[in-house]
Amino acid sequence: MHKLFIRSFVSSLVFLFTLTVAAVAKDVKAAFVYIGPTGDHGWTYQHDVGRKAVEAAGFKTTYVEGVPESADAERVLRQLANSGHDVIFTTSFGYMNPTNKVAKEFPNVKFEHATGYKREHPNVATYAARFYEGRAILGTIAGSMTKSNVIGYVASFPIPEVIRGINSFTLAAQKVNPNIKTKIVWAFTWYDPGKEAEAAKALIDQGADIIAQHTDSTAIVQIAEKAGVYAFGQASDMDKFAPKAVLTSVENNWGPYYVERVKAVANGTWNQKDTWHGIGDGMVVISDLDPSIPSNVRSKVKKLQADLASGKVHAFTGPIYDQKGNLMVAEGKTADDGMLAGMMTYVKGVEGDIPK
Amino acid sequence: MIKIVKRDQPSRAIFFLTPVLAIFLTLVAGGLIFYILGFKPFEALKFFFIVPIADKYGFSELLLKATPLCLIAIGLSFCFKSNNWNIGAEGQLTFGAIVSGGVALLFYEQEGFYILPIVILAGAIGGMLYASIPAILKTYFNTNEILVSLMLVYVSKLILDYLVVGPWSNPEGFNFPETRQFSDSARLPLLFEGLRIHAGIFLALAAVVISWFVFYKTYLGFQMKVSGFSLKTAKYAGYKGKKMIVLVFLISGACAGLAGVGEITGPIGQLHREVSPDYGFTAIIVAFLGRLHPVGIIFASLVVAITYLGAETAQIFMQIPKYTGQVFQGMILFFLLASDYLLFFKFKFTGSKK
Repeated sequence: MHKLFIRSFVSSLVFLFTLTVAAVAKDVKAAFVYIGPTGDHGWTYQHDVGRKAVEAAGFKTTYVEGVPESADAERVLRQLANSGHDVIFTTSFGYMNPTNKVAKEFPNVKFEHATGYKREHPNVATYAARFYEGRAILGTIAGSMTKSNVIGYVASFPIPEVIRGINSFTLAAQKVNPNIKTKIVWAFTWYDPGKEAEAAKALIDQGADIIAQHTDSTAIVQIAEKAGVYAFGQASDMDKFAPKAVLTSVENNWGPYYVERVKAVANGTWNQKDTWHGIGDGMVVISDLDPSIPSNVRSKVKKLQADLASGKVHAFTGPIYDQKGNLMVAEGKTADDGMLAGMMTYVKGVEGDIPK
Repeated sequence: MIKIVKRDQPSRAIFFLTPVLAIFLTLVAGGLIFYILGFKPFEALKFFFIVPIADKYGFSELLLKATPLCLIAIGLSFCFKSNNWNIGAEGQLTFGAIVSGGVALLFYEQEGFYILPIVILAGAIGGMLYASIPAILKTYFNTNEILVSLMLVYVSKLILDYLVVGPWSNPEGFNFPETRQFSDSARLPLLFEGLRIHAGIFLALAAVVISWFVFYKTYLGFQMKVSGFSLKTAKYAGYKGKKMIVLVFLISGACAGLAGVGEITGPIGQLHREVSPDYGFTAIIVAFLGRLHPVGIIFASLVVAITYLGAETAQIFMQIPKYTGQVFQGMILFFLLASDYLLFFKFKFTGSKK
């Protein structure tokens, strides 16, 4: 009996030991699915910068670029889940349904879907950034720097994410300059340098002396540089593409989140959640300000940035009125996340109608 | 000494051999490109062409990918055989998907055996309607069908954008550009548990059989052939050219529309902005690689389908840029066109003259 006890004790110790070793030495592999090429200098480029941060933290990564949101996405996801990846980041809205579908078949693989809202299985988490905070900074700069009081804005698709950005931008610009108007051109694309350039030209022709963008290519800042007007970079620091025109850029900084989540998978502490981080958590980063921005504007920007980060200021603080003058957010109140997530009305000061 | 001599008649054997030669040359050139990029060529080719279809699942994905390509290419061969250059299959696919998707949404949360046939029919009609535009403009106003059909591709994508962003967008979907999911009765049935291959493959196979019959056994097929060789001859023979032109466009549009139906009621299950990764354009390569012959098109669609799957596998396992898949598709077409030279010319080996 005694001998048997020792033997089983020793063997279970050995068993436990191997288990621990296995857990510690388990190489966590992360995969990333991209909508565009890694060289787009916009959306996909920034996700790939985040992936490289995961590599730098000592994890193995794989990526597949240019995956259409058609029936192909599901196959790519299944293949990644099947080939030993422990966590898969799907970085475009259109991957939402395929992500949830494949997640059901691979309960041991974690899935992280960017910008979506469906978490149908315990192994699906979602994440997005509060880009509207960055757009409030841009609005502050634009309102201070414009001479024509007309600001152009190239928008992609009429979805809450984009409407929210336009509103946050316009509200912040109005705070420093109540006379500004925001003119919108809908490009109906996320990435099409030709269309984006046409949109920017149209806005400049309508008297805009600052162009903001919610599309991903560098075409707009390059057009602005040629026309001698100001612009803002999107997703990555676009200063090098138009050094005179670009006042600053809002950078998507996914690296810290990616590293944290992959580490959580390695430690076994990964949990399902919906993350929506802003300037405070470092997911939204403001690039260096252009020297042409005067110091009084700089100090305003720095203060707003610090206040948004600490939560002292919310980008949507009442009173906020819609285009018809109806009250959207009462004085002293701030818009809650539910309202932000479904925002489909322009605030006062934005010109035109939302395409229906 | 080698002399290049014009053939009296294009060689029939070489007509069907050059596609094989083109694929072989593509593999050689592809291997060379991999080598220059710093990858082991044989390993890369293995991951490109063998690994993706090495198991049951991979093979089913190959068939899934080849189905729309085959269906569209069969339709296009009706046009191409008769000298009608329909470049807009992608638009006809998109419009077919729009119409059938709209019908599927009408039956939202309804069940019934009659729903799927209506949805399928709607897709075919949508494709036909859209193809009739370049056909009618060509026959009655003498416009160039290449330009019209091509430009209509972009129009169809804008219509789709408009619908999924606006009136058809999912009311519970936070205004994201997508419709609701279709009910199960509007979905093509899956053939095997756990695989995505669906009943749409039978539509493609039916198209193969019917097209073979039409091409080689009917008066229409003969008309198409004559018009393909020489429009003047066709006119002299008294064929009513206009009717035939409209007909081949309608057939072509129906096939493309059905391919769209297969995508949205098969693996996708809803309408959103990206119904097809340019199947309508890739199918042009498939049609020519298959020599506009129904059986050839089956093989060609499988070959081209694998370049999609292989590009994904090669990137996952070897970090080869995924866009090499498109390079392969381009090379196949290039080598095919280049080797067509052999159809009309031959090398003659003669003794050295001193």
